[in-house]
Amino acid sequence: MKDTSHINPLENEAIYIFREVAAQFEKPVLLFSGGKDSITLVRLAQKAFWPAKIPFPLMHIDTGHNFPETIEFRDRLVKELGLELIVRNVQDSIDAGKVKEESGKYSSRNSLQTTTLLDAIEEFKFDACIGGARRDEEKARAKERIFSVRDDFGQWDERNQRPELFDMLNGQIELGQNVRVFPISNWTELDVWSYIEKEEIEIPSIYFAHKRKVFLRDGLIWSHSDYVFQEDDEEVLEKMVRFRTVGDMSCTAAVFSEAADIASVVQEIRDSTISERGARIDDKRSEAAMEKRKQQGYF
Amino acid sequence: MEVLKIATAGSVDDGKSTLIGRLLYDTKSLTTDKLEAIEKTSKQKGYDYLDFSLATDGLVAEREQGITIDVAHIYFSTAKKSYIIADTPGHVEYTRNMVTGASTSQTAIILIDARKGVIEQTNRHFFINNLLRIKEVIVAVNKMDLVDFSEEKYNAIKEDFETLMGKRDYQDQRITFIPVSALKGDNVVNKSENTPWYKGETLLEHLEALDMAAVSNVGTPRFPVQYVVRPKTEEFHDFRGFAGKVYGGELSVGDEVVALPSQTKSRIKDIYFYDKKYQTASRRSSVTITLEDEINVSRGDMLVKVGDLPTIEKEFTATISWMDSQQLTAGSKYVVQHGVNKVLAKVEKIHHKIHPDYSGIDESASALGMNDIAQVTFKLNKPIFYDKFKNHRTNGSFILLDTQSNNTVGAGFIS
Repeated sequence: MKDTSHINPLENEAIYIFREVAAQFEKPVLLFSGGKDSITLVRLAQKAFWPAKIPFPLMHIDTGHNFPETIEFRDRLVKELGLELIVRNVQDSIDAGKVKEESGKYSSRNSLQTTTLLDAIEEFKFDACIGGARRDEEKARAKERIFSVRDDFGQWDERNQRPELFDMLNGQIELGQNVRVFPISNWTELDVWSYIEKEEIEIPSIYFAHKRKVFLRDGLIWSHSDYVFQEDDEEVLEKMVRFRTVGDMSCTAAVFSEAADIASVVQEIRDSTISERGARIDDKRSEAAMEKRKQQGYF
Repeated sequence: MEVLKIATAGSVDDGKSTLIGRLLYDTKSLTTDKLEAIEKTSKQKGYDYLDFSLATDGLVAEREQGITIDVAHIYFSTAKKSYIIADTPGHVEYTRNMVTGASTSQTAIILIDARKGVIEQTNRHFFINNLLRIKEVIVAVNKMDLVDFSEEKYNAIKEDFETLMGKRDYQDQRITFIPVSALKGDNVVNKSENTPWYKGETLLEHLEALDMAAVSNVGTPRFPVQYVVRPKTEEFHDFRGFAGKVYGGELSVGDEVVALPSQTKSRIKDIYFYDKKYQTASRRSSVTITLEDEINVSRGDMLVKVGDLPTIEKEFTATISWMDSQQLTAGSKYVVQHGVNKVLAKVEKIHHKIHPDYSGIDESASALGMNDIAQVTFKLNKPIFYDKFKNHRTNGSFILLDTQSNNTVGAGFIS
């Protein structure tokens, strides 16, 4: 019988995109957050170029408020695969006076990342930044291209995007412009989880059910941590939770869960009636929150 | 899991977004938080029903004006298939979005408002889906609730549409009619009790039953080389792999191949997908191929089977869809991107504009504006290896890039 284990259309599309990036750009970089989507990207990039190494570095824009589990995982992965990792810190942008730390109950460093990212793109002259954004995540992202051109200021002009036809990706840009590339644009959350299960990809432990100190606010489960503002009357509880999406601690809410292995997580996602970004505190700010951040250069 | 890509076409207010929202709702693909947001907004607007179009209209401007202005992608899945819907706007000025959405789809849904019947816009929607050679078209006659689910009205629309079908170029396109009410949910996912005279499948039943092999465009195998993999490690010292995607058919180990443009022959030694060897590379798989002989192959070259060569020419004529606000004129230069290959091209002649509503051609045209469709001859600075679009959807299509702005300004289908 013919072996057809290589015909997953989404996987083939992503590999094709990675190869276009390597061929069309001089200085690509893979934006790595330590989350499941960027870990999936690393596996796809390995597949695209095997037996050669991934021909570009990874870059992490570190808010300084990450889950320690994510950072440990990041460093181990990079070491195991022999990849180059660049880290740029939001703290440095704050210290340099380029951005101001938010204050108050809902303060987060999430949107501050944009400045650090744009500075790093400029510093290294990256012409293509590969990211794990998916069109199913959010309404504004549903309109995102696979090759998305950004101007000198990193901005996204959603009204004036290049049409993308058939498989053809147009990566021609002027000096100073760069392209954001989204190889898993057409994947859904369930596609990513199913892929992680099938490929037996290792992911940080916080994606699985564990006991954690949390508190409840606005119907969301927040981590009890030095990085997250907490009112005196917001009681600390110890609960079995896991994270469905991982950003920094100040913008990622947990879900109650008993799913301690990948099979149970996949099943949980299948049965879930809440969208993934329903647990993203940053999107709750307004109906158009993501679109606004994207126009300013957010990933 | 099979993935079916669907393009949608309908005029403003034909209820396209509502239909998609209904598909999501009835397949339980809308999550609680999204549903709550829809309920909240519908209530704020004072509607006495759920406005499902809110599930898809993504950009702020669209929500304000209540229209869709760009291609949005919507995802849902059933136990059988994963679906990707390209929601393309129906305004006259957005032909380019429709062409774009249709280019990546194997199926199209054309919406008709049962009260209005076949209108000029319907002609355009059908024309474009036929031009793009979409194999499977579903004509959803929507808003049946507003014509009392009248069988006569439905049949009259069907007959009107069948007149259009006589004019089409691509005659093998399969067309299915379904009477629906997106707003009320009739025949979208669930069979309607209001249309006892309709014996066919509901929209979702029809999509679920589609045979993926039958809706795919199959031709002859073409392997455009994207990237040359040279690891230069001790273990793989002499490894020279040609990475690319297989289009049209399959390639197998041992196949005798010709590399273009050099016309050098060799045999396929190994086919890799990641670190595993395969006997056969299936259609649309992203593999890495090694050859028996050391021949010079680089990005933009193409491997094809011996005796099965494409046309190798420095000139071609194509139907193009112009997508830029700056006009295309005879004599101007563009970059033709044909697959992963780029060549400089000059517009040799604009033969005629084609009215995309089946009202004929305009032979006096000397320039093309945004959304025009025309027959154009190009001269290239070096040969490309192409097939006719009707024989090979991938190797017969190209995009045009502006040499100044770098933007994608048009798409073409080689005749």
